[in-house]
Amino acid sequence: MPLSPQVRAALVRIVSDRWVRAASAQLETFARDALPTARSIPGIVVLPGTRDEVIRIIRLLAHHEVPFVARGAGTGLSGGALANNDAVLIALTRLNRILEVDPQNRLAVVEPGVVNARLSEAVAEFGLLYAPDPSSQTACTLGGNVAENAGGPHCLKYGVTSNHVLELEVVLPDGSVVTLGSRSGEPWGPDLVGLFVGSEGMFGIATRITVRLLPTPPSIRTLLADFDDLTTAGRAVSAIIASGIVPAALEMMDQVCIEVVEASIYAAGYPIDAAAVLLVELDGATDDQVAAEGAAIEVLLMRHGARSVRAASDAAERARLWQGRKKAFGALGRMSPDLVVQDAVVPRSALPEVLDSIRAIASHHGLRVGNVFHAGDGNLHPNIGFDRENPDEFERVEQASAAIMQVCIAAGGTITGEHGVGVDKRRYMTDVFDADTLDGMARLRQAFDVAGIANPGKVIPTHACREWTQGAGRHV
Amino acid sequence: MSDARVQQRLRAVVGASVPIEHGPGDALVVSPPDDHRTAAILETASAERWPVGVRGAGTWSSQQPNALITIDPSEMADVTYLDPSDLVVTAQAGMQWSSLRATLAEHGAWLPIDPPGERRSVGSVVATGTAGPLRCGYGAVRDHVLGATLATGDGKLMRAGSKVVKNVAGFDLVKLATGSFGAFGLITDVTFRLRAVPRADATLVARGNRDRLLQAAFAILERGANPAALELYADDPDDDWILGVRLIATDEGVQAARDTVAGAADLPFERATDGATLWRDHAAHCLEHPATLRVGVPPRALPAALDLIRHDLGPGWTSATVFPGAIRWSGASDVDRIKVFRHHAAHQEFPVTVERAPVDNLAVLGHFGAYREGVGRLIGSLRTAFDPHGIFVVPERAA
Ligand SMILES: Cc1cc2nc3c(=O)[nH]c(=O)nc-3n(C[C@H](O)[C@H](O)[C@H](O)COP(=O)(O)OP(=O)(O)OC[C@H]3O[C@@H](n4cnc5c(N)ncnc54)[C@H](O)[C@@H]3O)c2cc1C
Repeated sequence: MPLSPQVRAALVRIVSDRWVRAASAQLETFARDALPTARSIPGIVVLPGTRDEVIRIIRLLAHHEVPFVARGAGTGLSGGALANNDAVLIALTRLNRILEVDPQNRLAVVEPGVVNARLSEAVAEFGLLYAPDPSSQTACTLGGNVAENAGGPHCLKYGVTSNHVLELEVVLPDGSVVTLGSRSGEPWGPDLVGLFVGSEGMFGIATRITVRLLPTPPSIRTLLADFDDLTTAGRAVSAIIASGIVPAALEMMDQVCIEVVEASIYAAGYPIDAAAVLLVELDGATDDQVAAEGAAIEVLLMRHGARSVRAASDAAERARLWQGRKKAFGALGRMSPDLVVQDAVVPRSALPEVLDSIRAIASHHGLRVGNVFHAGDGNLHPNIGFDRENPDEFERVEQASAAIMQVCIAAGGTITGEHGVGVDKRRYMTDVFDADTLDGMARLRQAFDVAGIANPGKVIPTHACREWTQGAGRHV
Repeated sequence: MSDARVQQRLRAVVGASVPIEHGPGDALVVSPPDDHRTAAILETASAERWPVGVRGAGTWSSQQPNALITIDPSEMADVTYLDPSDLVVTAQAGMQWSSLRATLAEHGAWLPIDPPGERRSVGSVVATGTAGPLRCGYGAVRDHVLGATLATGDGKLMRAGSKVVKNVAGFDLVKLATGSFGAFGLITDVTFRLRAVPRADATLVARGNRDRLLQAAFAILERGANPAALELYADDPDDDWILGVRLIATDEGVQAARDTVAGAADLPFERATDGATLWRDHAAHCLEHPATLRVGVPPRALPAALDLIRHDLGPGWTSATVFPGAIRWSGASDVDRIKVFRHHAAHQEFPVTVERAPVDNLAVLGHFGAYREGVGRLIGSLRTAFDPHGIFVVPERAA
């Protein structure tokens, strides 16, 4: 059901005409996030400029039981920020102030629209950083990171978003405002912060986020190792994990990815004849420490079949090695009109076999897959190039994606490590969770959102929940 | 319902071989051997509206007197999955923490959680979220938990999370298990993320005046150090305090950290000859008193919070995790004083959790006391969602 004129008028009264988008050309720009396979035109878009406006908007929508969808930068890869035409899309990019930096307690308080990389830039003068560093960090917002429980290369050592959020102010879908957690990270009662992080916009809107900051490591060493085959590279990853030295990051790229990066403006000097490269970053208190640990890792890599290992000689080379990695998605995106960035996790020891299977699936479906991923966490990102205007190819991409998910599940893994379920992965939820567990998720959602108006239709495959199949008819 | 009939109903649910005994008080203690039978017991209890208590190892918190049945998970005490190369383990809730630690060590693996108390069970550590000094370097209990099986108050089994180290598939039901004192379900097993056994592990200690040690701890943090533990503690807060700095890394990493500590703090640190014993003794200390409280305090507010504790609660074993900021205090279980303290702490935005106290006191105080505005309703909804008939006897709020 389209939005009533009454609700539209009330929204304009809250944020003024200037911050409402209703014309179809304007709505079109909000019809997608970074998932190329889904599209949906929202009923209307509002861009509040203050948390009070957010509260008033939610109260209005709660009163009229109108669904709403929060949106950060729209870099999500699971279709989480898409809204239907009966829903209001609430874009939070104007709430972009860093409200407080408290270097002594190593924390910062931000509005949800603050871009991830901006926070680390802003706290650098205090010798601090915000650890979770998604590859999209120059664009994505901290609100979106909280909603997706975003990760990134350095999460191997430092943990994902959920390990760094201390306190949250949340506008619940009924319009009430609650503060969860505390500045020391100690909860007031059960772990509501933990429940909210990763809730994909379905438990309410985070309007104020307090995060932990970490000291910038005084010394860093970045190594690049190359391999003749993926299996050997995968084994080297397991050997590093078992060694007791915890690298800050441990990233892998396969041959397709290396070729594409090296042919792009982000060329990083990866050997183009290699079947795989590993980027290993070590950090620590002193140069001596990282040099010693680097030497130990180097020996380990050579012993496990690396063709060569080289260390970045200076900060510029280090930045170049990382740029190749961080911009790999962009470079891959240039090999075809569209790119599906898949996301799954497998036990680290299963990486070699799973990578083999992915290669077989790609060739079976006549597709090109490039892998660039967080190897240390077993978090895969097979990227599949395609053209969405080509229905046959589109269909093959969907089939290959499904087959890749099944391989990862069969290896003891899961269907997403950081991009979330959104609309894209609902179909696989029954492959990893039984009916009672899915029903538990539906119950959890209902406790936060009785009316079911926050980002409805995402994450939970409603038909598969036990209560749902029994006809209780919850809103999820 | 008569005791005999309850016993009969229970027997029908769990089968002939499962022990059902009379525990202290009137409760029937049943020890299910697996999660399915645990869920079946809860389903029946829910249908019959029997109040249910859960027993951990019994060393940390005491049993709920007003439960009609008590579920004792001690028959579920195995490691059901261990992959030393992937560094992941699944342990059943009734397993002793020390046995888990020993099993892991045999496989070169390590779980950086050092809970207070002795002879704790896996389920108890996770349900109470009781981390120890290692929280400084490795995070809270919840940061190590990848998955858990939770039997809800209406007897459903939720298999939350997974066995891989990163996972955002669906909502994070695991967080219902950690630190909620069993309010949303009974934990039957837990999957943890592990580390390889550290290459080097050293502890430095300095003794002296509380505030001087605290300033030294801040200086260590300001140098950008990330110690595994940075713990300031005292048996008697009016006497000397001890600052324990635990460094875990490679040999080179520990050496570098020692230099940082020495450079930052002008204190006569001694290297502990037996760090393991030192920290084990530290963990055991809080059991010497009947009540234990945990207070969340940002690092720079620690002096004020320690003063407040001393003033409101009186003397007791006190231990502060300087970063990210938490104090554990063990002392007399004086309900009125604890209430006053909690009131003052709330004003300063310090969350207080009563981790343990004699049952009658706990019933009055509640683990969490009162919630912040709006939060109580949310937690109420969660409790109804996962325990529709309110059978779990968990005194989360003040009576
Ligand atoms: C090139 C590229 C690389 C990427 N690399 C990574 C990576 O390394 N790691 C990783 O984890 N992700 C990665 N992503 C995915 C994406 O950037 C993250 O999921 C990010 O967290 C999304 O942030 P956003 O601001 O774009 O959110 P959006 O896409 O706008 O929204 C995502 C979800 O968050 C919800 N939401 C947004 N703001 C709020 C709020 N304030 N309160 C409640 N809910 C809210 C929305 O409703 C939606 O469900 C990548 C994406 C791209 C395009």
